[in-house]
Amino acid sequence: MTKLQVRVWRGGADGSFQPFEVPRQASQSVLDAVTYIQRVLDPTLAYRFACRVGMCGSCAMTVNGVARWTCRTHVDKVARDGRLEIAPLRSLPVVRDLVTDMREFFDKWSRAKGVFRGARSRRDAFARVAPRSAQRLSVEAGIECIGCAVCYASCDVVAQNPAYLGPAALNRAWTLLNDVRDVTQAERLRAVAGDAGCHACHSQMGCTERCPKGIAPTASIAGLKRAAAKALLAGAL
Amino acid sequence: MRGHAGYWAFLVHRISGVLLVLFLPGHFAALGSALEGEAAFDSFLAWTERPLVKLAEWGIVLLLSAHLAGGLRVLALEFLPWRDWQKTLAALAAGVSLAVSLAFALALTR
Repeated sequence: MTKLQVRVWRGGADGSFQPFEVPRQASQSVLDAVTYIQRVLDPTLAYRFACRVGMCGSCAMTVNGVARWTCRTHVDKVARDGRLEIAPLRSLPVVRDLVTDMREFFDKWSRAKGVFRGARSRRDAFARVAPRSAQRLSVEAGIECIGCAVCYASCDVVAQNPAYLGPAALNRAWTLLNDVRDVTQAERLRAVAGDAGCHACHSQMGCTERCPKGIAPTASIAGLKRAAAKALLAGAL
Repeated sequence: MRGHAGYWAFLVHRISGVLLVLFLPGHFAALGSALEGEAAFDSFLAWTERPLVKLAEWGIVLLLSAHLAGGLRVLALEFLPWRDWQKTLAALAAGVSLAVSLAFALALTR
């Protein structure tokens, strides 16, 4: 049986890579390889996963230098000469081994006003939103985000400016900005139009290149830039 | 993280921008030498006829066309409705700037 040479990050920020040999299998995912290490070779390995089918967004890691969702990344696709190097996500504090502290990532969703606030109560009728309206289609384009932080770890601006809200939080803000039922749009626009908001984006498109769900956060951020510019010209910002 | 079309486009745009900023003071100083009399400017013009300076001139045209085409690409990306062929747009910008610089090189050799 052929073996896969897997180097896995161990320890905290000042840790190092530890080599393992994992049996190669057909249709093996990167998460399968990590799970084999934890179950068979070293039960002290810390990593995170839940659904294994690309829904929960908890298993993202840096695989051979690129942030990926490991559950749906085939070893075939990413191994180089039977070698894998697996590290925690970039731009997030390492808790231990492959586990990062994602508090700051999700706090930024809050700072970008990523929470829906409507004006209707349960006694009101349903809001009517035309499915093919431009705004509803903008929501559609960004709504399938699973919060895996692959975009966040792939963003050079996040890496260089820790205050930057990042692609995921701004994409969330954009989907809410296009939600006609929400009543906190002015507040949201102010939250994302600051120095750490949409205008900090350099349109390098690392997020769009790497998003496993095929979302284009760059498109959402460009939308926020246009909305902020319009609001500024209208004196509403 | 890097090594994709969008990142290369960013890098070309940033580097060409910085180099053009460095070039501009020299450009203005050269034009300003005309104020010090005909002889000073003519001797500068004679200097620009050297082959190496001509080559540098070609480099500046390449930088200008790359920065212009790349800038139009960024404007299209941020102000026009989103298109999924952003990489094609980046390739188009690269192609246009290369074509312009080659046309200039052709003009230089004639």
